[in-house]
Amino acid sequence: MSDWPILSIVTFLPLVGAALLLLINGEEATVARNSRWVALWTSGFTFLVSLMLWVNFDATTADFQFVEQADWMPGLNISYHMGVDGISVLFVLLATFLTPICILSAWEAIQKRVKEYMIAFLVLETMMVGMFSALDGLLFYLFFEGVLIPMFIIIGVWGGQRRVYAAFKLFLYTLLGSVLMLVALLAMYFEAGTTDIPTLMEYGFDYNMQLWLWLAFFASFAVKVPMWPVHTWLPDAHVEAPTAGSVILAGVLLKMGGYGFLRFSLPMMPLASETFAPLVFTLSIVAIIYTSLVALAQQDMKKLIAYSSVAHMGIVTIGAFTFNQHGIEGSIFQMLSHGVVSGALFLCVGVVYDRIHTREIDAYGGLVHRMPSYALIFMFFTMASVGLPGTGGFVGEILALLGAFEANTWVAFFAATGLILGAAYALYLYRRIIFGALTKENLKTILDLSPREWIIFAPLVIIVLWMGVYPVSFLDIMHVSVENLVNQVETAQAAAAHAAQLAAN
Amino acid sequence: MLNLGAALPEMFMAVSALALLMLGVFAGKDKSFRTVSWLAVAAQVVAIALVVMGDGGSAFYGQFSADPFAKFCKVLILIGSATGIIMTMNFAERENMARFEFPILISLATLGMMAMVSATDMLSLYLGLELQSLALYVVAAIRRDTVRSTESGLKYFILGSIASGILLYGMSMVYGFTGTTNFTVLGDTLVGGELPLGALVGLAFIFAGLCFKVSAVPFHMWTPDVYEGAPTPVTSFFAVAPKIAGLALFIRVAVGPFGGAVEDWQQIIVLIAILSMVVGSFAALRQENIKRLMAYSSIGHVGFALVGLAAGTEAGVTGVLVYLGIYLVMNLGTFAVILCMRRNDRMNEEITDLAGLAKTKPLMAAITAIFMFSMAGIPPLAGFFGKFYVFKAAVDAGLVTLAVIGLVTSVVSAYYYLRIIKVMYFDEPVEGFDRNGTEMNVIMAVATIIILAFVFFPNPLMDSAAVAAASLFGM
Repeated sequence: MSDWPILSIVTFLPLVGAALLLLINGEEATVARNSRWVALWTSGFTFLVSLMLWVNFDATTADFQFVEQADWMPGLNISYHMGVDGISVLFVLLATFLTPICILSAWEAIQKRVKEYMIAFLVLETMMVGMFSALDGLLFYLFFEGVLIPMFIIIGVWGGQRRVYAAFKLFLYTLLGSVLMLVALLAMYFEAGTTDIPTLMEYGFDYNMQLWLWLAFFASFAVKVPMWPVHTWLPDAHVEAPTAGSVILAGVLLKMGGYGFLRFSLPMMPLASETFAPLVFTLSIVAIIYTSLVALAQQDMKKLIAYSSVAHMGIVTIGAFTFNQHGIEGSIFQMLSHGVVSGALFLCVGVVYDRIHTREIDAYGGLVHRMPSYALIFMFFTMASVGLPGTGGFVGEILALLGAFEANTWVAFFAATGLILGAAYALYLYRRIIFGALTKENLKTILDLSPREWIIFAPLVIIVLWMGVYPVSFLDIMHVSVENLVNQVETAQAAAAHAAQLAAN
Repeated sequence: MLNLGAALPEMFMAVSALALLMLGVFAGKDKSFRTVSWLAVAAQVVAIALVVMGDGGSAFYGQFSADPFAKFCKVLILIGSATGIIMTMNFAERENMARFEFPILISLATLGMMAMVSATDMLSLYLGLELQSLALYVVAAIRRDTVRSTESGLKYFILGSIASGILLYGMSMVYGFTGTTNFTVLGDTLVGGELPLGALVGLAFIFAGLCFKVSAVPFHMWTPDVYEGAPTPVTSFFAVAPKIAGLALFIRVAVGPFGGAVEDWQQIIVLIAILSMVVGSFAALRQENIKRLMAYSSIGHVGFALVGLAAGTEAGVTGVLVYLGIYLVMNLGTFAVILCMRRNDRMNEEITDLAGLAKTKPLMAAITAIFMFSMAGIPPLAGFFGKFYVFKAAVDAGLVTLAVIGLVTSVVSAYYYLRIIKVMYFDEPVEGFDRNGTEMNVIMAVATIIILAFVFFPNPLMDSAAVAAASLFGM
């Protein structure tokens, strides 16, 4: 079975599904029904195939696995190079896991242009998986940017009132960051003669160049994460996107930035990363505290969760730039758990939005009386978001904070303070929606979770509990790769320090 | 040596154009339009074959060269004009401009362009350029009964003549200070030596004239007016073939005879490229007429192409050629869309006319969206690779600032391309368009397939562009 190009299959299978969807024709209702099923089957099957990656993954080596390499542009020494290591394999799984859930969640919410919607989602899945498994800079960039096309369409066509503004903002913000990354990639290519990621990791750029490269990559990844102060596109995009769009945005697209830091900035520019770590810490702490306060004042449920995402991603960036095992593992783990938890929270919002068609917090209250199961599920994910022990959120946060503590006590102190605020806004949101008296007329007939919604939430609950109770099954996979990354960074930094000392003598 | 064989495609084009003229005159004015058009297309297809199969070599005592560079550009030009004629036929019959002179004029203009990209002497260059320009002036004003078309033809003619004059003046200065008009001899005289000040001034004049021809800023003023005023199929022709020919000529002059003086002219090209990109992207933001928008878009694209030339390296020229190939496909596709914007038998040119196209004609909307994303340079579409190659060359040549400015302006330009997608997809539909002609559907489909498939098969275009560029630097 190892002869099969599993990564390419996982990457391009959704595209095949999208091509199949193009062939569907006929009456609108039939097309819609068939499209839903084709999309669900394709993404479900893709997820099953991607489990092969999990099963066959060798966690004892930091090398890239399932590697495929083929000529692409031999004249330019650029090849089609795919592969995953312990850092990226889990993100691939996250993407393939969330896509079928998104498709299922859009089952009834999306009624117009269903076929196009499903095509956009499948194309999006290809781009996401491809991005996490690309081992060539240009290929990575291709997928990284390509994500924008379906996302723009998804928000713009199926979004809310201000969807046009949100779609443009998302597109242009991200594009502006990305083109700087393209320049940096070209500069690296010019310097090293290749865009092959493993080769670039070994290359060792000189310090001055690292600084510029780092800043260019940072421009792109910081927008994507998003870090304060370039986060403003996120609340808009989240609020206007359809539920499934928000889920994928929070669940996977934000991780592209964090992944980028771990794949490019740290290993290729270790010295610049060290230089700029205080900057990252500062911005992250501002993000955690400031956006948490902003979240407290929100009237819109989705906006609140969007701001909480910025805060949680602040923990991720802090963890990544601690340069130690705990911090980086915590950072990755936090990304994974946040991907699932925030996705689930957006789904929770989607559940009531589908029924009442408003996201105003004030329009709700006392839902527990009519929707006990919903209240339970919502509480579970709120707790996971706050970081209750026993859920995935706890493990990521504690590891990242531990790493931060080893690196810099003050950073850990401020980040931890931010988490208290996190608990405040999350519980405040929960109280206003679920508890209280059921006074609003239109809420008195609201129905509890349907079987389809149960099917959507069940795997999410299981995975969050699994991550919280037995995190080792995930940590083991990334452990060796992270160790290797930490070594790489430390060796480079030590060598530079040594050289500096020699020069001083 | 005379060596007529090298110029076989050009001679064939000239003879066939004259033969078609006879046919048109003797077969009757009104009936022969379609026949002459198709025969002109056939002649251009044959010319493509002749170009591809030709042995190359130099002709007319060093005035003319059919090197791979010329071949590459000729193929692009011929594809552009053949498609241009095909796109015109139905339009011309509907809009009462079905004159058999039209395809013949296009053929003559094409002949001029072919001569131009093969020119290795200032004089043959000028001859080709003028043959092209004169034919194009007439074509722009072909609907002489409408004010807009005449106005655009007249503007084009006056400004174009001034540019030709400037060009000629520059050439005479170069001749005066170096004593030759031949590119090879010029190149040899200039190797290693300082460029005489007079020749440098002459070069600046030549560049100014060429900038006019490719509509680079600050010599771009005519473009939006001419594009808007000329009949739409003529605009689509203007946006493609003469641009390619002009840029090819630019490259040949810059890296051929003046290849030794890269440092002298690099700063000029860098400045022009930056200005073109900035004006092209910012001025297009507020356009409501899609033809004007395309005019500014083409100005911006010229700027991007010039980024590759500014590098002054073989990789840079390869980049420009790849860019031109992709630009050709994207533009032909987009203009096919614009030509399909017909409602109740009337042409529409406002962007808002596209509103809700995704509902009325989903496939055409999807295709247009692909063209627009590609024009904006979003991967994995072909347009991205065009930008990738030229900016790669610029970074390699140390022009990082230029690359950054260029890419930032490309983000600005993404806004107006996205705006078209927004109008099509996010706005409520207006009345649907009439049925598309079959030929438009074919052109759109082929262009879409090329744009989508380029990411999987980049090598044919890239390799031939590399060979073409190498031939220029091997001299």
